[in-house]
Formats: sequence, structure tokens, C-alpha cells
Amino acid sequence: MDKILSLIISVLAAAFIVWWFFGRRKAAAVVANESHGMQQIEITVDGGYQPQVIQLKAGVPAKLVFDRKDPSSCLEEVLLPDFGVAKSLPVGEKTTVEIKPDKPGQYKYTCGMQMFSGQVVVK
Amino acid sequence: MSTRMRFLISLIFSVPLVASMVGLMLPGDKLTMWALATPVVLIGGYPFFVGAWSAFRHRQASMDTLVALGTGVAYLYSVYALGANADVYFEIAALLITFILLGKLFEDLTRNRANSAIEKLVGLQAKTATVMQGGTPVQVPLEAVKVGDHLLVHPGEKIPVDGLVRTGSSTVDESMVTGESLPVTKKPGDPVIGSTINQTGSLTFVATAIGTQTLLSQIVELVRRAQTSRAPIQKVADQVSAVFVPVVLLLAITTFNVWFVLLGHSLESSLLFAVAVIVIACPCALGLATPTALMVGTGRGASLGILIKSGEVLEAATDIKYVVFDKTGTITQGKPVVTDVVGDAPRVLRAAAALEAASEHPLAGAILSHTAAQSVSFESATKFKAVQGKGVLGQVDATPSAIGNRALMEQSKISIAAFQSQLTDLEQQGKTVMLVAQDAELIGLIAVQDTPKPMAKEAIAEHTRSGYESVMLTGDNHATAQAIARAVGIDRVVAEVLPTDKARHIKELQTRGRVTFVGDGINDAPALAQADLGIAMGSGTDIAMEAGGIVLVKNDLRDVVRALRLSRKTFARIKLNLFWAFIYNLAGIPVAAGVLVPLGLTLSPALAGLAMAFSSVSVVTSSLLLRYSRL
Repeated sequence: MDKILSLIISVLAAAFIVWWFFGRRKAAAVVANESHGMQQIEITVDGGYQPQVIQLKAGVPAKLVFDRKDPSSCLEEVLLPDFGVAKSLPVGEKTTVEIKPDKPGQYKYTCGMQMFSGQVVVK
Repeated sequence: MSTRMRFLISLIFSVPLVASMVGLMLPGDKLTMWALATPVVLIGGYPFFVGAWSAFRHRQASMDTLVALGTGVAYLYSVYALGANADVYFEIAALLITFILLGKLFEDLTRNRANSAIEKLVGLQAKTATVMQGGTPVQVPLEAVKVGDHLLVHPGEKIPVDGLVRTGSSTVDESMVTGESLPVTKKPGDPVIGSTINQTGSLTFVATAIGTQTLLSQIVELVRRAQTSRAPIQKVADQVSAVFVPVVLLLAITTFNVWFVLLGHSLESSLLFAVAVIVIACPCALGLATPTALMVGTGRGASLGILIKSGEVLEAATDIKYVVFDKTGTITQGKPVVTDVVGDAPRVLRAAAALEAASEHPLAGAILSHTAAQSVSFESATKFKAVQGKGVLGQVDATPSAIGNRALMEQSKISIAAFQSQLTDLEQQGKTVMLVAQDAELIGLIAVQDTPKPMAKEAIAEHTRSGYESVMLTGDNHATAQAIARAVGIDRVVAEVLPTDKARHIKELQTRGRVTFVGDGINDAPALAQADLGIAMGSGTDIAMEAGGIVLVKNDLRDVVRALRLSRKTFARIKLNLFWAFIYNLAGIPVAAGVLVPLGLTLSPALAGLAMAFSSVSVVTSSLLLRYSRL
């Protein structure tokens, strides 16, 4: 009896894990605000990055403002390898990262260990 | 609360729990164990639980998820067991957190050390500068210095920004920026580098670069970019990281069912196997393997004046077969010097210098500086007349004089028979020979050549010893190229190559093996790009940021072999780290799941936690060891 119960719970748990973590729907891109030849967008760092996908205009310098609310050490560093950025984000502070999105394309940004990730879409 | 504080609290409460592991009975038994473990889980485990929860809410999983789940399961099961009067595993939950906090503490410590290269460079900057304002020195903050300002530095002071010396002479210690260990002599007209230390005399200089434009700032930027780049080899690790945690959770569930359902073990022992799987799988070491080695390797390079621009460069530096050198400015000094004076030297030099004093020909500079070095005095020629493509005519000490090539002598109907054999000899050595005549008679010869750099021969020998084949590529004529190649010990020479054809010759070589091209970075850009690895030799004050994968700040050829060695060693270290990280994480999982139980080998969750913590520390330590490897 125990064994059957264990199997049922396990299958349910496994199904939940697969659905919860892998059944992610495509996040819609949030477009950065542009003023005075500079684009800016705020990204909340809390259990990941929100918005996860941000859209920038090519050729206009951009400020990404990371607002880290999550104290987890997993999120203490943000990497944008394509832009040569590795920045530590103090908890409870807004940290600005300036990049020059010159070439259109999709670039990944991640935490220090690449478990959390987001995307910069340059158009 | 700091990690350190959380660790100390966890440690204090965990120590008595260890006693229970070795079979000692605590007063109050299980209830005491619960009382000891609870603060550890709540205080020590807090950041992991918060991190895991917020990640979970956003459908993400991280290493917090694994720690929280591992300890959470062990703790909650034990609370249940306490009520049901079964065996409890509080010590596992507590020790797990303590070990992981310890690992994190070590990791932060070693990571900070690995990252110190950039901070060291930034910390070199002077805080103030002495600016000359209307003839009086005024001390101002560094930020107030503008390009074009006249600055003063006394002996022992830091040179605040890049500039050109106007007055004074001194020696400057540039080791902190260029890696050059010997002090460099500075006289008017010489460039100085910001953040280097002026040693023996006072200098005034004009600021030529400030702020982010200085050499030091450019180096810092370059190193920073390199350290955040990723080696291609890491891409596998990156892809694994993203799906790692959910997959591990599925593995843990499977492990539990295999033991509990299939093999009929007890609930708690099955649960412990599952917990051990979750705990050993934390991919910290995997995540640290590349960045830490890259950080230490590029940092070590920066301190030697070897700037490695990205992780990809390291991979490119492996299996290099040919090292192709540009000649002018790379193997040679890049400016001609007088090598031979034939005839009555003082007389020949006096006449030559007098004629060349007004000339703008590049060879004139070589003659004038040689004359000055020999302390030969002269007075400028009169009735000076330049003959395009041939030489110069004029009156020296009221005597008609000439300096130039054979054509000039022919035109002036002067016989060259007296020095014919010496002339042929010198020309065969690849030297440019100028003939000097006075009163319609040839009085001597001056041979000029761009000579090899002082350490070129040693550097090439070092390359050969290291198993590289050296090749020289040059636009110069065969005789000159062969002469230089012989002098430095290069067997293979490709001469009379047009600048635009350099890349094509590299391509040809590439069909036979991987090629490194070493050039000065300015006119060699296509060849630098075509080669598997481009190494740009800096000229001290400006780095060719765009050209080449590696930039050498010093003008020392021996750095080429050092750079190749450092790249190879750093890359080898990354591979080693990744190997160990995979072993820890991937081979550890089946062991934790109990595959080796038939052999009597089990891994308790606490031991799994220790192994996990140790794996991160060992990977970072392995990277730090790069600092001490021989180059």
C-alpha cells in the first residue's frame, strides 16, 4: 500500500516538476524607454529577472537598472558576456549597467552561475 | 546577517550534534537534537530557503533549491519521526547547512583573491597631480587634470596621467603597468605612462591622455572584458546548468522509488539516498571552473604586461605549430641605426652629419644620433641641395661634399673603386649603404640597418625549444630579410611580401598547421585576424585594442612565448577544473544514490554536503595555483 502511494505521489511530483520548470511559456519582450538619445529599463532581480526579455533599439546606448530584492547569493552577480559586463548587485540597491547595443541580435544575460537567465533582444 | 555570522551560529549548534553521530547520547536525546538543529536550519538555512522560494515562484530553480530541499526534507522527516518515535536525522540537516556555509565562506574568500588583479591595477592610480599654472606648481585632484596641462613630478612621486616629457630627465619604474622590470630612462620627447613611479629626477610633461583614455584604464577595461568572457569549452557547462536542478530533482525521486518500492528498503533510508543525491549535485564547482581560472590567468598576464583578450584566445593558443613574425618593429627595433662606418670615421661622420643636419630623410636621424653618440662635432653644411632619390650635396668646411647612393656618385662623376669591395660586402649583409664624398673623391661609407631587438635571438631560441617553428614575414628585400633572420636564428623567411598579401601567406601556412602571427598591430591587422591567434606588440603607450587576441604591452619578444605558455596553462587549468567538477557532480550522483552499496560504500547526506563544499573550494584553489605556475 505504502509503495503504491509512494509511486503515485512520485509520478505526480515528477509531472509537476517537468510542467513547472520546463513548460515555461515564452515571455513577452518589454521595450526600453527612450529619451534624450538614451534608453533605460528597470529589471527586478527577485528569484530571477523580471522582465526576463527586454528589447533595445540598436545603436542607442542603454542603461539597464538592476533592482536586486532577492538576498540569495545565487543572484549576487549579473553577467552580460557579449557586452563584457560582470557586475555585482548589492541587495536592496539599484545598480546601473551601461551597454552599447550596436548589433541587432539576441544576447543572454545570466547570474554568476548561469542558472538564472534573461535575454536582451536588440532590434 | 553575514555568511560568516550564520556559519558561526550554525557551527556552535552543530558541534554537539556531531557527538550523536559518533554514537554518544545527548542529554534529552531526540528533543535536544531538535532544539539544536532548529536554529541552524532557521538562521543558517534562511538565505537558501528564501532564495529557493523566490526562484520557485518564478518557475526557476537554483542551487538554493537543492540546499533548501535537501535540508528541508531531512529536517521535516525528522520532526515527523520525533512524533512517531522513529529514528531522527536532525544532525544531517544541521551539518549540511554548516558545511555549505563553510564552502561558501571559502569560496568568497578565494574568489576575492582571484579577482584582485583588477583592483590592484585600479588602485595604482594617483589621487592628485601637480599642475603648472602660470609658472607655479599647484596641487589638484586627478579628475581636474586636462589634456594639454603641464604637469610636474618629483622623484618618488607617481606620474598621474599619460604624457610627453618636456623638460628634465629621470628614470621611471613602469613595472606595475607594463611588467618591464628595469627602470626606463626618460628625457624630453619621451612618453610617460600614468600611474608609474618617477624615480631619480624631476620631470615636467604635457598630459596627452586622461581618464578612460590612459593606458592603465585601457588595460583595466581589456582585462575586465577578458574576465567576463567565456571560453568556448564552457558552453557545455552552461547548457547543463540551465536544466540541471530540475533533472536532479527527478533523479532524486527516482532514487527514492528504486530503494523504497523496488528494493523494499525502509522509508528513512530511501529518503536519505534521495537527499544525498540532491545535495551532492549542487553544480557550484561547475559554475566556478571556467571563470576563476580565466580570472587568475588573465590577471597574472596583466601583471606581466600580457593582455589576453578573451577566453576564446586561450583555446586558440593550444596546438600552435608556426609562429610568424613581422620583421620591422617586431623582430627589429623599427628604426634604422648606423652599423658600420668605413674610412676615416670622424671625417666621414662630420661630413655626413653636416649634410644631413637639414635633411628630413629617415636615414638622416640615424646618422645624426650616431654622430652625437661618437661625440663628433660638426657645423651645418651651406649651399645645401637635396637630389631626389639620390642624396644630398652641399659645402662642408668650404669643401664641396656629397652623401648619397651610387647614382649620386655616378651623377657627380666620382669613382667608387676605392671602397668597392666593402660596399659589396655591406650590401650583401642587407644593409643600406650611403657613400660620402668630398672634393670629388670618395672618403668613406656609412652603413645603416634596422637592427634586431636586444632579446630577439634569445626569444627565437626559446620558441624553437618550446617546439614552435618560427617564420619571418616581411615586405623587405631578400638580402635584408635573410641577414636579419640569420642574426636572430630564424630559418624560414618569406620576403618581399606586400602588406596586403601577408594574410594570404598566413592562410597558406594554415594548411600545414595552426599559426600565430606576431605583429605591431597597426598595419598588420589583416594578418592578425587571419592567424589562428594574433599577438599584437604594443609600443608602450598605446595598445592596439582591436587588433589581435593577445596584446603585449612591453616591446619584448620573449613575451610571445610567455603569452603562449600562459594561455596554454590557463586553458589546461580550465579543462582540469571542468573535469573535476563533472566528476564531483556527475560521478557523485550515482554514489550518493547508493549504486556502490553492494560494495559497502554509502555517502550520507552530510558527507555529500562536505564533498560538495569541498569541490567548490578545490576548483577555486586549483585556479589560484595558476599564479605560481612557471612561465
